[in-house]
Amino acid sequence: MILQALTLTLRLALTVSAILLVVGIPLAYWLAYSHKRWKFFVEAVVALPIVLPPTVLGFYVLVAIGPLSPVGRWYQSIVGHPLAFTFAGLVVGSVLYSLPFAVQPMATSFAAIDRKLLDASSLLGASRWRTFRRIVLPLGLPGVLTGFVLSFAHTLGEFGVVLMIGGNIPGATRTISILIFDQVEALDYAAANRTALLLLVLCFALLAALYGLRRRGVWNVWGWK
Amino acid sequence: MSQLGVRICKSFGEQGSSFALDVEFSAAAGFTILFGASGAGKTTLLDCIAGLQRPEAGRIAVGATALFDEDARVNIPPNRRAVGYLLQSLGLFPHMTVAQNVQYGLDRLEISGREGRCAQVLEAFRISSLAERRPGEISGGERQRAALARTLVTRPRVLLLDEPLTALDAVTKAQILDDLRAWNREHQIPILYVTHQREEVFALGENVIALDAGRIVAQGSPHDVLQRPQSETVAQLAGFENIFDCGFVADHPEQGTMTCRVAGSTVELEVPLSRINRSRPVRVGIRAGDILLASSPPQGLSARNVFSGTITALELRDVMVVARVNCGAEFEVHVTPAARDALRLEPGGKVWMIVKTYSCQVMQGSNTLVAP
Repeated sequence: MILQALTLTLRLALTVSAILLVVGIPLAYWLAYSHKRWKFFVEAVVALPIVLPPTVLGFYVLVAIGPLSPVGRWYQSIVGHPLAFTFAGLVVGSVLYSLPFAVQPMATSFAAIDRKLLDASSLLGASRWRTFRRIVLPLGLPGVLTGFVLSFAHTLGEFGVVLMIGGNIPGATRTISILIFDQVEALDYAAANRTALLLLVLCFALLAALYGLRRRGVWNVWGWK
Repeated sequence: MSQLGVRICKSFGEQGSSFALDVEFSAAAGFTILFGASGAGKTTLLDCIAGLQRPEAGRIAVGATALFDEDARVNIPPNRRAVGYLLQSLGLFPHMTVAQNVQYGLDRLEISGREGRCAQVLEAFRISSLAERRPGEISGGERQRAALARTLVTRPRVLLLDEPLTALDAVTKAQILDDLRAWNREHQIPILYVTHQREEVFALGENVIALDAGRIVAQGSPHDVLQRPQSETVAQLAGFENIFDCGFVADHPEQGTMTCRVAGSTVELEVPLSRINRSRPVRVGIRAGDILLASSPPQGLSARNVFSGTITALELRDVMVVARVNCGAEFEVHVTPAARDALRLEPGGKVWMIVKTYSCQVMQGSNTLVAP
């Protein structure tokens, strides 16, 4: 049971952080370099999940993907079953919930790149896309990796959003944090302790590795100061 | 061989202290020096030519090809202008080796062509041995060479250099300039070279453009612009340590001179006859190194200006002694430590100061041009 929950949790966290890598990099690039007046608005929306109670986010995502909403109906008409209370629904909610943890470190490290390097690239004939691939992405890599690990770790430990959107279906939506809740409700404290300890150790190991590597400058991949 | 034509207007700076860049000039193949104090608009001008900033009006063209033309609505983006621009900060990519940096602008070539061109330019700038090093691992002079090689390897139509050698020692600087000259003998493109150091102007220039507050205040050979400056800003840049507000006293056309009195004093200077407006304030500039000192009253001199005065301060600056001499007006005088010792110069001591008429440069007051 615990293995099933663990596999499910890791699969969810990996899917979510992979999606956030694809969505987060362009979004972070835009946040770092755009001069649009309404940029602050997007920044606020991206940061919202940090302060919003997971239940609030979960509730609105549930409503948005539920069978009564256009999105929910459209999904059901294609796939044949509703999005809510499935693994896919969980992914949608988690991507929104972990968005700031991926985007903010990426945007910070993109914005920290010396603009003169981007000018130099352009003066040597490079298009914006080439400048992004050859200069922005490699130099912003530490932030991209940090965003990836943080969104992974954050998804591992999420509870409220999963409960609201996914419920508690073994193998589909019962993640480790839900399992712990289950075990406590059933007054099986010994089992709850084992599961909780597993999650604790996992999250700690991940963050210790992240900060340890960063401190030792291993992620300063290119060896300049 | 095509020439660079620039005619642009652009307002810049922060509100309140803003001023406008408003220039028109053309530059043929070879070095053209843009000379001016910081804030004169030199970098903004280069940014406009390279396309990093957009002028409000005007036209920038290389030969018949317009890079920017407000009237024709042409504004080619910087990556398609083929303008080589060496930024003041160099902009070497820290995560790439020198060779990768140099090849960055050659992505349209095949690998073999790319490597050939890269090897050739590294050889020309004597950094072949550094090809596999990163910018963080080489010296300042080597970084300058690498950045220059990276810019030139793309075979630009125009080369813009923004104070590229300011931080280097004289020997390294001279070597890099030699290599650059050698390169340009072959390629013959217009090179705009920004500097605020007068030694560089004399070392490089055939043609100098002096910029002040966004406008061209003087243009010509280094000798014309710097040795005989017509405006005070250029004079200060050109190293006139002594600049005096003066009143016109008398003309001596038969002697080729005129007399001016330093404002607020009785000091009268005999200066070369000049076509300045005599009813307006006159300024006289004298280089501190052009003034002679004597420990006793000099006799039998051709110099017209001899004053007795007192040394108010002596200061050793590098290998030069900076003396301040008061003879009714205060002059800065530069002498060697040997001269100081031979004349036993010391603060409070009495000296005679000798200034040749032709060491006095007459200018009209603040920033106004005088027809030569």
